Amino acid sequence: MNILERYHAMDYAPAPEARSEADAWLAGRDFSKSLFIAGEWRAAADEKTFDTEDPSSGKLLAKVSDASAADIETAVAAARKALPKWSAASGYERAKVLYAIGRAMQRHQRLFAVLESLDNGKPIRESRDIDVPLAIRHFIHHAGWAQSLDKEFPGRKPAGVVGQIIPWNFPLLMLAWKIAPALATGCTVVLKPAEFTPLTAILFAEICERAGVPRGVVNIVQGGPEAGAAIVNHAGIDKIAFTGSSEVGKIIRKATAGSGKKLSLELGGKSAFIVFEDADLDSAVEGLVDGIWFNQGQVCCAGSRLLVQESVADAFIAKVKTRMSRLRVGAPLDKNTDIGPLVDKTQLDRVRRLVEEGARQGAVCWQPDQDVPETGYYHLPTLATGVAPANILAQEEVFGPVLATMSFRNTEEAVELANNTRYGLAASVWSENVNLALHVAPQLKAGVVWVNGTNMFDASCGFGGYRESGFGREGGREGLEEYLASSEPHGPVIKPASAPKAAARDNGESHAIDRTAKLFIGGKQVRPDGNYSIAVLTPKGKLAGEVGLGSRKDIRDAVSAARACKAWPEATAYNRAQVLYYLAENLSGRTEDFAARISELTGASHKVAKAEVETSIERLFYYAGMADKFEGRVHQPPARTVTLALHEPVGVIGIVASDEAPLLGLISLIAPALAMGNTVVLVPSTTAPLVATDLYQVIEYSDVPSGAISIVTGHTAELAAVLAKHDDVDGLWVVAEADICARAEAESTGNLKRVWTGHGRSLDWPTAQGEAFLRRATEVKNVWVPYGD
Amino acid sequence: MSGKLREAEMHPSATVMPLPSRLAANAADTHAIARNPGMALDLGFVESMRSVNRSALERRVGTLTKRRSIKADNQAAWLLRSISLMDLTTLNSNDTDERVRRLCAKAVNPLRRDLVEALGLGETVIRPAAVCVYHPFVATAVEAVRGTGIHVAAVSTAFPHGLAPLATRIAEIEASVADGADEIDVVIPRGLVFGARWQELYDEIKAFRAACGEAHLKVILGTGDLATLRNVTLASMVAMMAGADFIKTSTGKESVNATLPVGLAMVRAIRAYHEQTGYLIGFKPAGGISTAKVSLDWLVLMKEELGRPWLEPELFRFGASSLLTDIERQLEHHISGRYSANHRHAMA
Repeated sequence: MNILERYHAMDYAPAPEARSEADAWLAGRDFSKSLFIAGEWRAAADEKTFDTEDPSSGKLLAKVSDASAADIETAVAAARKALPKWSAASGYERAKVLYAIGRAMQRHQRLFAVLESLDNGKPIRESRDIDVPLAIRHFIHHAGWAQSLDKEFPGRKPAGVVGQIIPWNFPLLMLAWKIAPALATGCTVVLKPAEFTPLTAILFAEICERAGVPRGVVNIVQGGPEAGAAIVNHAGIDKIAFTGSSEVGKIIRKATAGSGKKLSLELGGKSAFIVFEDADLDSAVEGLVDGIWFNQGQVCCAGSRLLVQESVADAFIAKVKTRMSRLRVGAPLDKNTDIGPLVDKTQLDRVRRLVEEGARQGAVCWQPDQDVPETGYYHLPTLATGVAPANILAQEEVFGPVLATMSFRNTEEAVELANNTRYGLAASVWSENVNLALHVAPQLKAGVVWVNGTNMFDASCGFGGYRESGFGREGGREGLEEYLASSEPHGPVIKPASAPKAAARDNGESHAIDRTAKLFIGGKQVRPDGNYSIAVLTPKGKLAGEVGLGSRKDIRDAVSAARACKAWPEATAYNRAQVLYYLAENLSGRTEDFAARISELTGASHKVAKAEVETSIERLFYYAGMADKFEGRVHQPPARTVTLALHEPVGVIGIVASDEAPLLGLISLIAPALAMGNTVVLVPSTTAPLVATDLYQVIEYSDVPSGAISIVTGHTAELAAVLAKHDDVDGLWVVAEADICARAEAESTGNLKRVWTGHGRSLDWPTAQGEAFLRRATEVKNVWVPYGD
Repeated sequence: MSGKLREAEMHPSATVMPLPSRLAANAADTHAIARNPGMALDLGFVESMRSVNRSALERRVGTLTKRRSIKADNQAAWLLRSISLMDLTTLNSNDTDERVRRLCAKAVNPLRRDLVEALGLGETVIRPAAVCVYHPFVATAVEAVRGTGIHVAAVSTAFPHGLAPLATRIAEIEASVADGADEIDVVIPRGLVFGARWQELYDEIKAFRAACGEAHLKVILGTGDLATLRNVTLASMVAMMAGADFIKTSTGKESVNATLPVGLAMVRAIRAYHEQTGYLIGFKPAGGISTAKVSLDWLVLMKEELGRPWLEPELFRFGASSLLTDIERQLEHHISGRYSANHRHAMA
């Protein structure tokens, strides 16, 4: 074409980004020695390598060292060795290193971007304008956290050696999200990049070499599932941070159960993109482009479910189709490309299979009339309409450029459809009515909600999911929490309960009227479903009374009641505070009764028992006072937006309380849960359950809405397991012997509920109070509200 | 023309009739698009356009110009396109007939001969679409560009403020048309927008259109004065309903000139009007567009949001005075690989 022909055509022409620097970098390295361990470049112990290729051509880019378990061993040893010095370094020292990394990355920004696009297939515009700048920002932002850590998180210690496993969709950005907070908090790192995309991590390791990162602080080990498993199972690792599929996340949850490792999981999603009739529809269409057609849809938080109000649905879909026709599918390094290839053939096959299946199940799948390049793993942007909620395209994470569309009639239905998923990563709400948007945002079960926007990220704002999208946050203050060791005061190791003894014959005469301790479910005292009772003995073996033997069915009923209770989570914090104060007040009126009961059941002196009651009352007072004070924050990312980090209740929390300090142990756990608006299913101490059953009346007097607290007595091990396996329980806290704790973690994978256990230890109950408990009782939801008129 | 037919033109794959290559790219008969007859003021339709999210529009234009890259020969071709879409403008208080003649001479011969040859344009003449002047210079301009296919546009209706009596403003249009202007760039009184006095605004513009007769009407909204993108959108809708052939951003005299977010709001209004009525309305950003690079951003905006038909002078113009020289310098660089200087290109 000559210039005049181009003048008439006015088409776009390829505008390829130069790759010569990247090619020179690739040619100049010995990738068979690309494990970065203890500051040295090493070959894998067995000298194996794997291939990484360019997904737009299928051509080999490099043969990269493939770490085995032996290499992970070496890497963990290096990280362990480096830990004491690095964690003892001053915040300023660590800040300087983080800053140096950020600046060095900035100096090689374009090389990072080109390598990323070569290896992953993402359009150069995205790697250049989004991935790499965000990664750099993450390091520079965290330099400040490193320096202010002592002041902002007084007394907290780093988690230790962290094992980090990252995916292929944002190789460098996910590396930054993992490594920056780890270095800021004084952790040392063993990071495994994804097999499809190891290159930018290698360039990053070179930056570490030059930026003054001490040897062994950052270890980067390329490898596959064997290396991943070795990291997950390594006893020398204190924390695992994983980003990837929910399937693998669950495997990791199970594998680390009982190990005492801290765990954060950032998993899949099926995020709703909700368009109300008063939205700026043209802008919402662009939001979709940034939502589902960003990075070929290979984004965990992709807005893959479009929910559009019926009144504007047809007009909106027409706009979407017109816009899709203008998306350019092409080479990743072409600056005019909107959509590149998927990362690998396996991924392309999977997306095609899901689209075919979705069509078989009744979805109408539309694609613009366009050619795709002949080589490479390209998939056209796809719009699926007529998608029933049961359709596979509405249920499964596709991880490709496929948008499933449904319509809704009103706000309530929009929320219901949005939440009709196992996932809970992100959501997007489009409306010009700020009242509506801010009404809907808190109702969405998602860790991130973007109002009139999508896929906005920043180092200062937490990112992470509800439900099976994982737990933990990355970014912001809330993200740092994941890299600090937990701060609860430990108590003694809990010994396995001894076999129940037969009650000694009671020769004493009692003049009291016989009392039946039932279960407390949904605000009522009810008999256990099985109608069995168990004896409660004093330390001397005397029969103190009997309590109901709760079973799985009673737990089921209690969870239903907890789920149905809307009055408590929707009550104002001030209202919850008053109820908790009232509980304290009413408990205080019965101090002597409870002290006597504790003495009877534990053998504690009256003085000790009374002190326990008084501390329990004080604790209720504390959490009543905190109910309206453990507030969220406002983050200020570098854009014209406010990001509200809201503290929301986790939901239904199962609590398994310890035998030790039967009243204080129980109050110390239920009070923070209730204060934050959770509803609670409590399994009290096995040895002293009468303390809990005595509370029924106190609860009944105190205006606690029915269902906010249910209490099921019975065998701890059995009931804890039922709670762990219950997929409508959002959180589970267990203070019990190590086996029960481990099992609770392992069995929690059904819905990835948030499990916290004492790992077989009790807590130091007199001091077991504070923000750590409130934090555990909340989810942080980041609501982005861009503004401007 | 029916709405359906017009929809075909909206489709990105729809081709525009290629212009005969030996003809001036901006030959006199380029007003080939069916003229917008306007429609009754439909306040429901106007109000339905109220949802304009500034942040989202800013993000769109922020990425739009990064999503597309016009390089090498394509860049040269697109810059030539920018020339052909230009209303070469002089709107200064100290303009004189001689100054206007110089401007017209530049419009007639916008590129140095050696550049034309090196670009391989052959006999094809690429010139600005129009010259744009104050009323007193219309006759001079008409004379100076006679036979070239270059239109003469007059700014009118008490430009730049629009605050003269209506009769005066209408008379001004009639005078310019009588002097030979075939395009009239009118300004609206911005206060009507702040007061949501849509009926008055509609009536005034309709009167302007009537006064124009065959001359094409470009309605300048003075977007820099309108404060919000929502106001820009609502005013755009009213102007189109009243019969605007083009809607135009600025006079060049406001403190904020044509910006891409404003442009995006206006082209989306044009799209909505087209979808509803089938008529294609032109768009003219003006003020502050002085570099070749920025002109390409605008072309990308038009192509992405409205499609290929809006890269023809019937539907798109730049109001610009110094843009042409920058384009010449860029074209020289394209040919020679050397950076040029302003003084190597004839001034307007």
